[in-house]
Amino acid sequence: MDLVYIAHIGVILFTFFMLLNSAAVLVLMERKVAAFLQQRLGPNRTGPWGTLQPVADILKLLFKEELRPLAADRWLFALAPILSVTAAFSAFAVVPWGGTTTLFGLLPEPVPLRVADVNVGILVLFAITSMGIYGIVLAGWSSNSKYSLLGGLRSSAQMISYELSYGLALGAVLLLGNSLSLTDIVNQQSGYWFGVVPRWFIFIQPLGFVIYMIAGIAETNRAPFDFPEAEQELVAGYHTEYSSFRFALFFLAEYVNMVTVSAVATTLFLGGWHGPFLPEWLGWLWWLAKLFALLFFYIWMRWTLPRYRYDQLMHFGWKVLLPVAVINLLLTAAAVLYWG
Amino acid sequence: MLFYVLGGIAVIASLLVVGQRVPMYSVLLLIVSFIGLAGLYVLLDSPFAAVTQIIVYAGAIMVLFLFVVMLLNAPREEALVRSTLGVSIGGRPLRVGAILALVFLAELLWAFWRAGRTTVDAGEAVASVSSVRQIGVELFTTHAFAFEVTSVLILVAMVGAVALAKRHL
Repeated sequence: MDLVYIAHIGVILFTFFMLLNSAAVLVLMERKVAAFLQQRLGPNRTGPWGTLQPVADILKLLFKEELRPLAADRWLFALAPILSVTAAFSAFAVVPWGGTTTLFGLLPEPVPLRVADVNVGILVLFAITSMGIYGIVLAGWSSNSKYSLLGGLRSSAQMISYELSYGLALGAVLLLGNSLSLTDIVNQQSGYWFGVVPRWFIFIQPLGFVIYMIAGIAETNRAPFDFPEAEQELVAGYHTEYSSFRFALFFLAEYVNMVTVSAVATTLFLGGWHGPFLPEWLGWLWWLAKLFALLFFYIWMRWTLPRYRYDQLMHFGWKVLLPVAVINLLLTAAAVLYWG
Repeated sequence: MLFYVLGGIAVIASLLVVGQRVPMYSVLLLIVSFIGLAGLYVLLDSPFAAVTQIIVYAGAIMVLFLFVVMLLNAPREEALVRSTLGVSIGGRPLRVGAILALVFLAELLWAFWRAGRTTVDAGEAVASVSSVRQIGVELFTTHAFAFEVTSVLILVAMVGAVALAKRHL
Protein backbone atom coordinates (compact mmCIF):
# COMPACT_ATOMS: atom_id res chain seq x y z
CA MET A 1 0.00 0.00 0.00
CA ASP A 2 1.52 3.25 -0.95
CA LEU A 3 1.13 6.43 1.03
CA VAL A 4 -0.90 8.37 -1.55
CA TYR A 5 -3.49 5.60 -1.68
CA ILE A 6 -3.88 5.66 2.09
CA ALA A 7 -4.16 9.45 1.98
CA HIS A 8 -7.00 9.17 -0.57
CA ILE A 9 -8.91 6.82 1.70
CA GLY A 10 -8.18 9.17 4.60
CA VAL A 11 -9.68 12.10 2.69
CA ILE A 12 -12.80 10.05 1.91
CA LEU A 13 -13.29 8.98 5.53
CA PHE A 14 -12.61 12.51 6.76
CA THR A 15 -15.21 13.94 4.34
CA PHE A 16 -17.78 11.40 5.52
CA PHE A 17 -17.03 12.13 9.16
CA MET A 18 -17.21 15.89 8.72
CA LEU A 19 -20.48 15.59 6.81
CA LEU A 20 -21.90 13.55 9.68
CA ASN A 21 -20.67 16.16 12.12
CA SER A 22 -22.03 19.03 10.07
CA ALA A 23 -25.56 17.93 10.99
CA ALA A 24 -24.73 18.27 14.69
CA VAL A 25 -23.11 21.67 14.14
CA LEU A 26 -26.11 22.80 12.12
CA VAL A 27 -28.58 21.75 14.81
CA LEU A 28 -26.79 24.00 17.28
CA MET A 29 -26.42 26.77 14.68
CA GLU A 30 -30.10 26.57 13.76
CA ARG A 31 -31.18 26.91 17.38
CA LYS A 32 -28.70 29.66 18.20
CA VAL A 33 -29.47 31.70 15.07
CA ALA A 34 -33.20 31.26 15.65
CA ALA A 35 -32.74 32.49 19.20
CA PHE A 36 -30.65 35.43 17.96
CA LEU A 37 -33.28 36.42 15.38
CA GLN A 38 -36.05 36.20 17.97
CA GLN A 39 -34.08 37.94 20.72
CA ARG A 40 -33.89 34.87 22.94
CA LEU A 41 -30.87 33.12 24.45
CA GLY A 42 -31.32 29.69 22.89
CA PRO A 43 -29.84 26.53 24.40
CA ASN A 44 -27.33 27.47 27.12
CA ARG A 45 -27.54 24.76 29.81
CA THR A 46 -25.71 21.86 28.16
CA GLY A 47 -22.03 22.67 28.03
CA PRO A 48 -20.49 26.12 27.58
CA TRP A 49 -22.71 28.31 25.33
CA GLY A 50 -24.94 25.27 24.77
CA THR A 51 -22.34 23.51 22.65
CA LEU A 52 -23.26 20.04 23.93
CA GLN A 53 -26.92 20.50 22.93
CA PRO A 54 -26.63 18.38 19.73
CA VAL A 55 -25.15 15.52 21.77
CA ALA A 56 -28.07 15.70 24.19
CA ASP A 57 -30.53 15.85 21.29
CA ILE A 58 -29.03 12.80 19.60
CA LEU A 59 -28.96 10.77 22.83
CA LYS A 60 -32.57 11.68 23.49
CA LEU A 61 -33.55 10.52 19.98
CA LEU A 62 -31.68 7.24 20.30
CA PHE A 63 -33.30 6.31 23.61
CA LYS A 64 -36.83 6.92 22.39
CA GLU A 65 -39.13 4.03 21.57
CA GLU A 66 -39.06 2.78 18.00
CA LEU A 67 -42.66 2.77 16.76
CA ARG A 68 -44.13 1.28 13.61
CA PRO A 69 -47.85 1.53 12.77
CA LEU A 70 -49.52 -1.89 12.46
CA ALA A 71 -50.87 -1.11 9.01
CA ALA A 72 -47.50 0.08 7.71
CA ASP A 73 -45.61 -1.81 5.03
CA ARG A 74 -42.80 -3.27 7.12
CA TRP A 75 -40.02 -3.41 4.49
CA LEU A 76 -40.59 -0.09 2.82
CA PHE A 77 -41.10 1.63 6.17
CA ALA A 78 -37.60 0.52 7.18
CA LEU A 79 -36.09 1.18 3.75
CA ALA A 80 -37.30 4.78 3.32
CA PRO A 81 -35.06 6.54 5.88
CA ILE A 82 -32.05 4.52 4.73
CA LEU A 83 -32.66 5.59 1.12
CA SER A 84 -32.96 9.24 2.13
CA VAL A 85 -29.74 9.25 4.08
CA THR A 86 -27.78 7.25 1.49
CA ALA A 87 -28.79 9.62 -1.30
CA ALA A 88 -27.93 12.65 0.83
CA PHE A 89 -24.44 11.38 1.65
CA SER A 90 -23.54 10.05 -1.79
CA ALA A 91 -24.52 13.30 -3.50
CA PHE A 92 -21.67 15.04 -1.70
CA ALA A 93 -19.12 12.64 -3.19
CA VAL A 94 -18.55 14.72 -6.33
CA VAL A 95 -18.08 18.04 -4.52
CA PRO A 96 -14.44 19.13 -4.10
CA TRP A 97 -13.77 21.07 -0.88
CA GLY A 98 -10.16 22.12 -1.33
CA GLY A 99 -7.22 22.17 -3.70
CA THR A 100 -4.46 19.64 -3.20
CA THR A 101 -2.32 18.91 -0.18
CA THR A 102 0.92 17.12 0.54
CA LEU A 103 0.34 17.33 4.32
CA PHE A 104 3.42 19.59 4.78
CA GLY A 105 5.57 17.45 2.55
CA LEU A 106 4.71 14.12 4.16
CA LEU A 107 3.26 12.73 0.94
CA PRO A 108 5.36 12.17 -2.20
CA GLU A 109 2.70 13.73 -4.47
CA PRO A 110 -0.21 16.12 -3.83
CA VAL A 111 -3.54 14.55 -2.89
CA PRO A 112 -6.73 16.34 -4.00
CA LEU A 113 -9.20 17.21 -1.25
CA ARG A 114 -12.33 15.52 -2.59
CA VAL A 115 -13.92 12.09 -2.71
CA ALA A 116 -14.15 11.63 -6.47
CA ASP A 117 -13.59 13.69 -9.59
CA VAL A 118 -16.13 12.34 -12.06
CA ASN A 119 -16.03 13.88 -15.53
CA VAL A 120 -19.84 14.07 -15.54
CA GLY A 121 -19.89 15.28 -11.92
CA ILE A 122 -22.86 17.63 -12.12
CA LEU A 123 -25.02 15.00 -13.79
CA VAL A 124 -24.08 12.49 -11.09
CA LEU A 125 -25.17 15.01 -8.49
CA PHE A 126 -28.43 15.45 -10.33
CA ALA A 127 -29.01 11.70 -10.64
CA ILE A 128 -28.42 11.07 -6.94
CA THR A 129 -30.64 13.98 -5.91
CA SER A 130 -33.46 12.52 -7.98
CA MET A 131 -32.99 9.21 -6.13
CA GLY A 132 -33.46 11.05 -2.82
CA ILE A 133 -37.12 11.71 -3.73
CA TYR A 134 -37.88 8.00 -3.36
CA GLY A 135 -36.99 8.00 0.32
CA ILE A 136 -39.62 10.65 1.01
CA VAL A 137 -42.29 9.20 -1.28
CA LEU A 138 -41.84 5.73 0.19
CA ALA A 139 -41.92 7.07 3.75
CA GLY A 140 -45.23 8.75 2.93
CA TRP A 141 -46.75 5.71 1.27
CA SER A 142 -45.52 2.97 3.56
CA SER A 143 -46.68 4.64 6.78
CA ASN A 144 -50.29 4.07 5.65
CA SER A 145 -51.43 7.33 7.20
CA LYS A 146 -53.20 10.19 5.43
CA TYR A 147 -50.86 12.88 6.72
CA SER A 148 -47.79 10.96 5.67
CA LEU A 149 -49.21 10.20 2.22
CA LEU A 150 -50.16 13.82 1.57
CA GLY A 151 -46.79 15.00 2.82
CA GLY A 152 -44.96 12.51 0.60
CA LEU A 153 -47.00 13.47 -2.46
CA ARG A 154 -46.53 17.18 -1.90
CA SER A 155 -42.85 16.86 -1.35
CA SER A 156 -42.25 14.78 -4.47
CA ALA A 157 -44.38 17.11 -6.61
CA GLN A 158 -42.44 20.06 -5.22
CA MET A 159 -39.06 18.48 -5.79
CA ILE A 160 -39.88 17.44 -9.35
CA SER A 161 -41.16 20.94 -10.17
CA TYR A 162 -38.14 22.75 -8.78
CA GLU A 163 -35.60 20.26 -10.09
CA LEU A 164 -36.16 21.71 -13.57
CA SER A 165 -35.22 25.26 -12.59
CA TYR A 166 -32.35 23.84 -10.50
CA GLY A 167 -31.03 21.97 -13.53
CA LEU A 168 -31.38 24.96 -15.86
CA ALA A 169 -29.51 27.22 -13.42
CA LEU A 170 -26.71 24.63 -13.31
CA GLY A 171 -26.82 24.44 -17.12
CA ALA A 172 -25.94 28.12 -17.44
CA VAL A 173 -22.84 27.57 -15.27
CA LEU A 174 -21.87 24.55 -17.34
CA LEU A 175 -21.87 26.73 -20.44
CA LEU A 176 -19.55 29.23 -18.76
CA GLY A 177 -17.29 26.60 -17.26
CA ASN A 178 -17.31 24.49 -20.43
CA SER A 179 -17.04 21.34 -18.34
CA LEU A 180 -19.19 18.96 -16.31
CA SER A 181 -16.52 18.31 -13.70
CA LEU A 182 -16.84 20.37 -10.53
CA THR A 183 -13.07 20.54 -10.03
CA ASP A 184 -12.63 22.02 -13.52
CA ILE A 185 -15.33 24.60 -12.90
CA VAL A 186 -13.69 25.70 -9.64
CA ASN A 187 -10.33 26.05 -11.34
CA GLN A 188 -11.90 28.29 -14.00
CA GLN A 189 -12.86 30.71 -11.23
CA SER A 190 -9.36 31.41 -9.94
CA GLY A 191 -7.75 34.80 -10.54
CA TYR A 192 -9.19 38.32 -10.72
CA TRP A 193 -10.85 40.74 -13.10
CA PHE A 194 -9.12 44.13 -13.18
CA GLY A 195 -6.92 42.81 -10.35
CA VAL A 196 -9.68 43.33 -7.76
CA VAL A 197 -12.88 41.42 -8.45
CA PRO A 198 -12.49 37.67 -8.05
CA ARG A 199 -13.41 35.68 -11.14
CA TRP A 200 -16.40 34.02 -9.47
CA PHE A 201 -19.32 32.99 -11.65
CA ILE A 202 -21.78 34.79 -9.37
CA PHE A 203 -20.66 38.07 -10.93
CA ILE A 204 -21.57 36.93 -14.46
CA GLN A 205 -24.48 34.76 -13.35
CA PRO A 206 -26.26 36.71 -10.58
CA LEU A 207 -29.68 35.62 -11.83
CA GLY A 208 -28.52 32.02 -12.07
CA PHE A 209 -27.35 32.14 -8.46
CA VAL A 210 -30.70 33.48 -7.23
CA ILE A 211 -32.60 30.83 -9.21
CA TYR A 212 -30.27 28.14 -7.90
CA MET A 213 -30.71 29.19 -4.27
CA ILE A 214 -34.52 29.40 -4.50
CA ALA A 215 -34.75 26.02 -6.21
CA GLY A 216 -32.21 24.61 -3.76
CA ILE A 217 -34.27 25.70 -0.75
CA ALA A 218 -37.35 24.15 -2.36
CA GLU A 219 -35.42 20.95 -3.14
CA THR A 220 -34.40 20.50 0.48
CA ASN A 221 -37.94 21.20 1.71
CA ARG A 222 -36.89 24.07 3.94
CA ALA A 223 -38.95 27.09 4.93
CA PRO A 224 -40.52 29.05 3.25
CA PHE A 225 -41.11 25.97 1.08
CA ASP A 226 -41.57 23.40 3.86
CA PHE A 227 -45.01 22.15 2.77
CA PRO A 228 -44.24 18.46 3.17
CA GLU A 229 -44.13 19.04 6.90
CA ALA A 230 -46.46 22.01 7.28
CA GLU A 231 -47.46 21.37 10.88
CA GLN A 232 -50.82 23.16 10.82
CA GLU A 233 -52.02 21.04 7.93
CA LEU A 234 -50.10 17.78 7.99
CA VAL A 235 -48.90 17.24 11.59
CA ALA A 236 -45.33 16.45 10.49
CA GLY A 237 -45.80 15.35 6.87
CA TYR A 238 -44.01 12.30 5.52
CA HIS A 239 -42.26 11.48 8.80
CA THR A 240 -45.36 11.74 11.01
CA GLU A 241 -45.23 8.04 11.90
CA TYR A 242 -41.48 7.85 12.39
CA SER A 243 -39.77 7.98 15.75
CA SER A 244 -36.41 7.42 17.38
CA PHE A 245 -33.48 6.48 15.14
CA ARG A 246 -35.47 6.33 11.90
CA PHE A 247 -36.67 9.88 12.50
CA ALA A 248 -33.08 10.87 13.26
CA LEU A 249 -32.07 9.54 9.83
CA PHE A 250 -34.59 11.82 8.06
CA PHE A 251 -33.36 14.68 10.18
CA LEU A 252 -29.76 13.91 9.24
CA ALA A 253 -30.67 13.64 5.55
CA GLU A 254 -32.31 17.07 5.59
CA TYR A 255 -29.24 18.74 7.09
CA VAL A 256 -26.78 16.91 4.84
CA ASN A 257 -28.88 17.95 1.83
CA MET A 258 -28.66 21.56 2.97
CA VAL A 259 -24.89 21.24 3.21
CA THR A 260 -24.71 19.70 -0.27
CA VAL A 261 -26.85 22.42 -1.88
CA SER A 262 -24.74 25.12 -0.21
CA ALA A 263 -21.50 23.35 -1.12
CA VAL A 264 -22.52 23.11 -4.77
CA ALA A 265 -23.49 26.79 -4.77
CA THR A 266 -20.06 27.59 -3.28
CA THR A 267 -18.36 25.46 -5.91
CA LEU A 268 -20.26 26.69 -8.95
CA PHE A 269 -20.95 30.34 -8.17
CA LEU A 270 -18.62 31.47 -5.40
CA GLY A 271 -15.30 30.17 -6.65
CA GLY A 272 -14.97 27.13 -4.39
CA TRP A 273 -11.78 27.25 -2.39
CA HIS A 274 -10.37 30.29 -4.24
CA GLY A 275 -10.27 33.60 -2.44
CA PRO A 276 -8.04 36.58 -1.67
CA PHE A 277 -5.62 37.02 1.29
CA LEU A 278 -5.15 33.34 2.15
CA PRO A 279 -2.36 31.17 0.71
CA GLU A 280 -3.39 28.35 -1.64
CA TRP A 281 -3.01 25.56 0.93
CA LEU A 282 -5.47 27.28 3.29
CA GLY A 283 -8.13 27.44 0.54
CA TRP A 284 -10.44 25.10 2.43
CA LEU A 285 -10.90 27.87 5.01
CA TRP A 286 -12.43 30.06 2.28
CA TRP A 287 -14.58 27.12 1.26
CA LEU A 288 -15.83 26.67 4.83
CA ALA A 289 -16.50 30.39 5.25
CA LYS A 290 -18.58 30.55 2.07
CA LEU A 291 -20.40 27.34 2.98
CA PHE A 292 -21.38 28.62 6.41
CA ALA A 293 -22.43 32.00 5.03
CA LEU A 294 -24.89 30.18 2.76
CA LEU A 295 -26.05 27.91 5.58
CA PHE A 296 -26.64 30.98 7.73
CA PHE A 297 -28.72 32.39 4.85
CA TYR A 298 -30.78 29.19 4.86
CA ILE A 299 -31.58 29.51 8.57
CA TRP A 300 -32.14 33.24 8.28
CA MET A 301 -34.75 32.61 5.55
CA ARG A 302 -36.48 30.02 7.71
CA TRP A 303 -37.03 32.38 10.60
CA THR A 304 -37.85 35.43 8.50
CA LEU A 305 -40.32 34.37 5.81
CA PRO A 306 -43.76 32.85 6.36
CA ARG A 307 -44.67 29.64 4.53
CA TYR A 308 -46.15 29.99 1.05
CA ARG A 309 -49.47 28.45 0.12
CA TYR A 310 -49.21 25.25 -1.92
CA ASP A 311 -50.84 26.68 -5.06
CA GLN A 312 -48.60 29.76 -4.81
CA LEU A 313 -45.59 27.46 -4.71
CA MET A 314 -46.64 25.62 -7.87
CA HIS A 315 -47.57 28.86 -9.61
CA PHE A 316 -44.22 30.41 -8.71
CA GLY A 317 -42.24 27.32 -9.69
CA TRP A 318 -43.79 26.73 -13.08
CA LYS A 319 -44.86 30.19 -14.23
CA VAL A 320 -42.14 32.43 -12.83
CA LEU A 321 -38.99 30.54 -11.90
CA LEU A 322 -38.92 28.13 -14.85
CA PRO A 323 -39.39 30.79 -17.60
CA VAL A 324 -36.79 33.03 -15.94
CA ALA A 325 -34.37 30.08 -15.76
CA VAL A 326 -34.95 29.27 -19.45
CA ILE A 327 -34.34 32.89 -20.46
CA ASN A 328 -31.21 32.99 -18.33
CA LEU A 329 -29.92 29.83 -20.00
CA LEU A 330 -30.67 31.14 -23.51
CA LEU A 331 -29.00 34.51 -22.82
CA THR A 332 -25.95 32.78 -21.36
CA ALA A 333 -25.75 30.46 -24.35
CA ALA A 334 -25.98 33.41 -26.77
CA ALA A 335 -23.31 35.32 -24.85
CA VAL A 336 -20.97 32.32 -24.74
CA LEU A 337 -21.49 31.78 -28.48
CA TYR A 338 -20.80 35.46 -29.22
CA TRP A 339 -17.80 36.14 -26.97
CA GLY A 340 -16.58 32.64 -26.16
CA MET B 1 -16.56 -10.06 -12.35
CA LEU B 2 -18.31 -6.73 -11.82
CA PHE B 3 -20.19 -7.39 -15.04
CA TYR B 4 -21.74 -10.55 -13.59
CA VAL B 5 -22.67 -8.82 -10.32
CA LEU B 6 -24.39 -5.89 -12.08
CA GLY B 7 -25.91 -8.08 -14.78
CA GLY B 8 -27.17 -10.43 -12.07
CA ILE B 9 -28.78 -7.55 -10.19
CA ALA B 10 -30.47 -6.30 -13.35
CA VAL B 11 -31.75 -9.75 -14.40
CA ILE B 12 -32.92 -10.89 -10.96
CA ALA B 13 -34.62 -7.56 -10.25
CA SER B 14 -36.39 -7.70 -13.64
CA LEU B 15 -37.62 -11.24 -12.94
CA LEU B 16 -38.88 -10.17 -9.52
CA VAL B 17 -40.73 -7.21 -11.10
CA VAL B 18 -42.89 -9.69 -12.97
CA GLY B 19 -43.15 -12.07 -10.01
CA GLN B 20 -44.30 -9.51 -7.43
CA ARG B 21 -47.92 -9.31 -6.35
CA VAL B 22 -47.67 -5.85 -4.79
CA PRO B 23 -47.44 -3.24 -7.59
CA MET B 24 -45.39 -0.90 -5.39
CA TYR B 25 -42.64 -3.50 -5.02
CA SER B 26 -42.66 -4.07 -8.78
CA VAL B 27 -42.03 -0.38 -9.39
CA LEU B 28 -39.15 -0.31 -6.89
CA LEU B 29 -37.57 -3.46 -8.29
CA LEU B 30 -37.73 -1.95 -11.76
CA ILE B 31 -35.71 0.98 -10.41
CA VAL B 32 -33.14 -1.47 -9.01
CA SER B 33 -32.96 -3.11 -12.41
CA PHE B 34 -32.38 0.27 -14.10
CA ILE B 35 -29.59 1.07 -11.67
CA GLY B 36 -27.97 -2.29 -12.47
CA LEU B 37 -28.14 -1.39 -16.16
CA ALA B 38 -26.59 2.02 -15.43
CA GLY B 39 -23.71 0.20 -13.74
CA LEU B 40 -23.22 -1.86 -16.90
CA TYR B 41 -23.00 1.36 -18.93
CA VAL B 42 -20.23 2.59 -16.63
CA LEU B 43 -18.36 -0.65 -17.27
CA LEU B 44 -18.78 0.01 -20.99
CA ASP B 45 -16.92 3.30 -20.50
CA SER B 46 -19.87 5.59 -21.14
CA PRO B 47 -20.62 7.39 -17.87
CA PHE B 48 -22.88 9.84 -19.68
CA ALA B 49 -25.27 7.10 -20.79
CA ALA B 50 -25.21 5.66 -17.27
CA VAL B 51 -26.08 8.95 -15.59
CA THR B 52 -28.78 9.75 -18.16
CA GLN B 53 -30.24 6.30 -17.56
CA ILE B 54 -30.57 7.09 -13.86
CA ILE B 55 -31.84 10.67 -14.30
CA VAL B 56 -34.38 9.90 -17.01
CA TYR B 57 -35.53 6.35 -16.29
CA ALA B 58 -34.84 5.65 -12.62
CA GLY B 59 -35.44 9.27 -11.62
CA ALA B 60 -38.11 10.92 -13.75
CA ILE B 61 -40.15 8.17 -15.38
CA MET B 62 -40.31 5.85 -12.39
CA VAL B 63 -41.44 8.68 -10.11
CA LEU B 64 -44.40 9.05 -12.48
CA PHE B 65 -45.09 5.31 -12.26
CA LEU B 66 -44.85 5.47 -8.49
CA PHE B 67 -47.33 8.35 -8.43
CA VAL B 68 -49.85 6.44 -10.53
CA VAL B 69 -49.54 3.30 -8.40
CA MET B 70 -49.80 5.33 -5.19
CA LEU B 71 -52.81 7.39 -6.31
CA LEU B 72 -54.72 4.41 -7.72
CA ASN B 73 -53.85 2.58 -4.51
CA ALA B 74 -53.54 -0.60 -6.57
CA PRO B 75 -54.34 -3.68 -4.49
CA ARG B 76 -52.45 -6.98 -4.47
CA GLU B 77 -52.89 -8.81 -7.74
CA GLU B 78 -54.81 -12.06 -7.58
CA ALA B 79 -53.25 -15.31 -8.72
CA LEU B 80 -53.97 -16.44 -12.26
CA VAL B 81 -57.06 -18.52 -12.91
CA ARG B 82 -56.02 -22.15 -13.47
CA SER B 83 -57.88 -24.11 -16.11
CA THR B 84 -58.59 -27.83 -15.84
CA LEU B 85 -55.55 -28.60 -17.96
CA GLY B 86 -53.31 -27.13 -15.26
CA VAL B 87 -52.04 -24.48 -17.65
CA SER B 88 -52.67 -20.90 -16.57
CA ILE B 89 -54.93 -19.16 -19.02
CA GLY B 90 -56.02 -15.62 -18.26
CA GLY B 91 -58.22 -13.12 -20.03
CA ARG B 92 -57.55 -11.26 -23.24
CA PRO B 93 -54.79 -8.96 -21.85
CA LEU B 94 -52.73 -12.03 -20.99
CA ARG B 95 -53.05 -13.45 -24.47
CA VAL B 96 -52.00 -10.14 -26.02
CA GLY B 97 -49.06 -10.17 -23.59
CA ALA B 98 -48.08 -13.65 -24.68
CA ILE B 99 -48.06 -12.62 -28.34
CA LEU B 100 -45.98 -9.55 -27.54
CA ALA B 101 -43.52 -11.69 -25.58
CA LEU B 102 -43.12 -14.00 -28.58
CA VAL B 103 -42.50 -11.03 -30.88
CA PHE B 104 -39.84 -9.69 -28.52
CA LEU B 105 -38.22 -13.11 -28.26
CA ALA B 106 -38.01 -13.33 -32.06
CA GLU B 107 -36.54 -9.83 -32.18
CA LEU B 108 -33.98 -10.71 -29.53
CA LEU B 109 -32.91 -13.88 -31.35
CA TRP B 110 -32.57 -11.92 -34.59
CA ALA B 111 -30.44 -9.32 -32.80
CA PHE B 112 -28.17 -12.03 -31.41
CA TRP B 113 -27.87 -13.61 -34.84
CA ARG B 114 -26.94 -10.26 -36.38
CA ALA B 115 -24.52 -9.36 -33.59
CA GLY B 116 -22.63 -12.56 -34.28
CA ARG B 117 -22.20 -11.71 -37.96
CA THR B 118 -21.33 -8.00 -38.00
CA THR B 119 -18.27 -6.54 -36.37
CA VAL B 120 -17.95 -3.00 -35.09
CA ASP B 121 -14.65 -1.23 -34.72
CA ALA B 122 -14.55 -1.06 -30.90
CA GLY B 123 -12.15 1.87 -30.66
CA GLU B 124 -14.19 4.07 -32.95
CA ALA B 125 -17.46 3.14 -31.25
CA VAL B 126 -16.13 3.92 -27.77
CA ALA B 127 -14.67 7.26 -28.84
CA SER B 128 -17.96 8.33 -30.38
CA VAL B 129 -20.01 7.78 -27.22
CA SER B 130 -17.58 8.51 -24.41
CA SER B 131 -17.40 12.29 -24.47
CA VAL B 132 -20.39 14.47 -23.71
CA ARG B 133 -19.21 17.02 -26.25
CA GLN B 134 -19.11 14.40 -29.00
CA ILE B 135 -22.57 13.13 -28.13
CA GLY B 136 -23.88 16.69 -28.33
CA VAL B 137 -22.22 17.39 -31.67
CA GLU B 138 -23.45 14.09 -33.15
CA LEU B 139 -26.97 14.69 -31.86
CA PHE B 140 -27.26 18.17 -33.33
CA THR B 141 -25.54 17.53 -36.68
CA THR B 142 -25.75 13.94 -37.94
CA HIS B 143 -28.91 13.01 -36.08
CA ALA B 144 -30.53 16.45 -36.00
CA PHE B 145 -33.59 15.32 -37.98
CA ALA B 146 -34.32 12.32 -35.76
CA PHE B 147 -33.76 14.48 -32.69
CA GLU B 148 -36.21 17.17 -33.82
CA VAL B 149 -38.81 14.62 -34.90
CA THR B 150 -38.61 12.94 -31.49
CA SER B 151 -39.15 16.26 -29.73
CA VAL B 152 -42.21 16.98 -31.88
CA LEU B 153 -43.50 13.48 -31.11
CA ILE B 154 -43.18 14.10 -27.37
CA LEU B 155 -44.85 17.50 -27.73
CA VAL B 156 -47.75 15.91 -29.62
CA ALA B 157 -48.13 13.28 -26.90
CA MET B 158 -48.17 16.00 -24.25
CA VAL B 159 -50.73 18.14 -26.07
CA GLY B 160 -52.82 15.03 -26.66
CA ALA B 161 -52.79 14.12 -22.97
CA VAL B 162 -53.86 17.63 -22.00
CA ALA B 163 -56.60 17.68 -24.64
CA LEU B 164 -57.96 14.30 -23.47
CA ALA B 165 -57.87 15.33 -19.82
CA LYS B 166 -59.45 18.74 -20.46
CA ARG B 167 -62.54 17.13 -22.00
CA HIS B 168 -63.48 15.72 -18.63
CA LEU B 169 -62.85 18.87 -16.64
